[in-house]
Amino acid sequence: MGAAGAGTLLKGTSAQAAANTHFTGYPNSYAVLHDITRCVGCRSCEAACNAVNELPKPDKPFTDLSVLESRRRTTAKTYTVVNKFPSDIQTTPSEKPVYVKKQCNHCLEPACASACFVRAFHKTPEGAVIYDPSVCVGCRYCMIACPFEIPTYEYDKALEPRVMKCTMCYPRIQKGLLPGCVQACPKEALTFGKRKEILDIARERIRRHPERYIDHIYGEREMGGTSWLYLSGVPFASIGMREDLGVTPAPELTSGALGAVPIVVGLWPVLLTGIYAISKRKEKVSEEERREAVEAALARAREQAEAEKAAALAKAQKEKETAVQQAVKKALEEAKKKAEQEGQA
Amino acid sequence: MSETTTVSNKSVWTPFNLVAGIIVAIGLVLTVLRFTGGLAAVTNLSDDNPWGIWIGFDLLCGVALAAGGYVTSAAVYIFGLKRFHSAVRPAILTGFLGYALVVFALHYDVGRPWRLPYPFVVQQGTTSLLFEVGACVALYLTVLFIEFTPAALEWLGLKRARNLVVKLTMLLTIFGVVLSTLHQSSLGALYLIAPSKLHPLWYSTYLPVYFFVSSIIAGLSMVLFESTLSHHYFGDKLDEAHKRESLGVTLGFGKAASLVLAGYFIIKVIGMATANTWHYLNSGYGAWFLVEMLGFVALPCFLYAVGVRDRNVKLIRYTAAWTVLGIVVNRFNVSLVAFNWHLPSSQRYFPHWMEIMISVFIVTVGILVFRFIVTRMPILYEHPEYHGH
Repeated sequence: MGAAGAGTLLKGTSAQAAANTHFTGYPNSYAVLHDITRCVGCRSCEAACNAVNELPKPDKPFTDLSVLESRRRTTAKTYTVVNKFPSDIQTTPSEKPVYVKKQCNHCLEPACASACFVRAFHKTPEGAVIYDPSVCVGCRYCMIACPFEIPTYEYDKALEPRVMKCTMCYPRIQKGLLPGCVQACPKEALTFGKRKEILDIARERIRRHPERYIDHIYGEREMGGTSWLYLSGVPFASIGMREDLGVTPAPELTSGALGAVPIVVGLWPVLLTGIYAISKRKEKVSEEERREAVEAALARAREQAEAEKAAALAKAQKEKETAVQQAVKKALEEAKKKAEQEGQA
Repeated sequence: MSETTTVSNKSVWTPFNLVAGIIVAIGLVLTVLRFTGGLAAVTNLSDDNPWGIWIGFDLLCGVALAAGGYVTSAAVYIFGLKRFHSAVRPAILTGFLGYALVVFALHYDVGRPWRLPYPFVVQQGTTSLLFEVGACVALYLTVLFIEFTPAALEWLGLKRARNLVVKLTMLLTIFGVVLSTLHQSSLGALYLIAPSKLHPLWYSTYLPVYFFVSSIIAGLSMVLFESTLSHHYFGDKLDEAHKRESLGVTLGFGKAASLVLAGYFIIKVIGMATANTWHYLNSGYGAWFLVEMLGFVALPCFLYAVGVRDRNVKLIRYTAAWTVLGIVVNRFNVSLVAFNWHLPSSQRYFPHWMEIMISVFIVTVGILVFRFIVTRMPILYEHPEYHGH
């Protein structure tokens, strides 16, 4: 329910980087069909997986079925686990519980491979998603990314911790052998073959026994499709398989964000330089305006001073002239007086 | 020389030094445990919870809170807000140390730290957001280092080298903003690949935008927060320009933070509207989401605005600390609280005390290096020989 919201969200805003073509898996890749209705929970697959992959011996032997009482997930020591779900979840009344095998689903477009920053994971043309411990840094982003919660980590190793997960027995497939679990299954609950043919087999089983199966092949389209496909008689969500993952392959979820990188690199310097230029220009303009204002003020002051000076000069001139005139007048008067005195005498 | 003597004259046995010394000692012991016993020896990490607080706090919060470097240098050198000039050097130093510590902390978290250069030199996983984060952080750390060198070169008296680096300021600033935009956002984009694990209230196709915009808030608030601490503890180192510009920086950054918080609030609401996640509000996670949105986004937005209007420096500084806390809350929510929300509580993660202790140890190392540098190099004051740049 929760991530159903997220699912709709994703459909609503599809990653723009998605082109018109979409990858539907390598043409001749292999797949495994897990018919959940056939599984009896004998753990033979777990034992075979352990032996084939040379994993450490478990605390309880594989013949001990008491481990089925608790829900388990893959660990660094177990690539595959079988979980038991009580019978009351079944739609058709039956006494038998439901057993589900869990391991890497080997996505057609794996989230782990898309998330890995050293390309430690890769999808082989045969269908297996394999891991290369020789380059792994141990960041564990693959574990964050995996929608099926499959990759595990050797937390107790100090020097050479690895991510651990099912390899679809890639080395055996290359030799023409069946994956260990498929070979060991006594009930043919596991079928190995070309993915195309496996899908046909699954569809055929649903067509023939509509009463036995839910009309859905889990893994056909989940997260863009997987190389491990499931048939069930009960709703997948009731047996620990999420039905809210959507059909968008994981790489598409991040392609939009990755696509924005070159645009930011290209556009940001232009934008920033533009802002810089504008702020610089503003500064220049205001500087100029200030200079002009100062100049104008200076000019005004100078003019005023000129005018004052001229006025002062004129005044001084006038005063001087008056003084001369007065002096002349005085001299004349004195001369006149003198002449008069001389005349009397 | 005179500085070294004053330092050595004081007693080394201050309470601060004692506590820091104990933390460093414990940190060193735990470091040995980590690299001899593996992650299991000191962490509660599990197959369901591969990322703990070393990613949630050390990486996500560390990078966000180190955003002050690019925010301040962009404000001063690109937007031309020269009156904030005195804030640049402390912000660059905090940014540089922040990033250096992030890289340091990653050495504890990744399984084989000696292979950290592998994504660049051995095989490039360019489809990974983590590759983008790694590449940008590595480049930006280099940029921050170069941006920081003038202070160190002034301290060492290498004039010509210093003047050469100063000439690169504009280029480095633009480069820094580009790189920061990219990796701040791609830290959020890391979670785009896990829509089935992150609660829909926090998961959004806009996650990269949210992380980028909130990093601006983090950067602004961190500059304010850090300057509060510097004023308190290194007041004697501050020169007149710093003290004079301090009020302007506080008001200016407070105003900017309020504005960006408002924008952030709006784009978060838009994200909820486009994803139609309203109904999740009516749940426990919804209540916690509202605490984050109202308590750590809307509230500081309002308080910053009031603080700026009333020129209330104290209120702005408290708000800055609160906002910094809010960023930590947000990053914790995305990486820990709302991540794996579909799992039963028995499968959820809570950090081991030794994990917390190593984070505390790393922060302490950062504070010690910061103190070492600001008590020696011209960070909080202008070197007299280089007055006016």
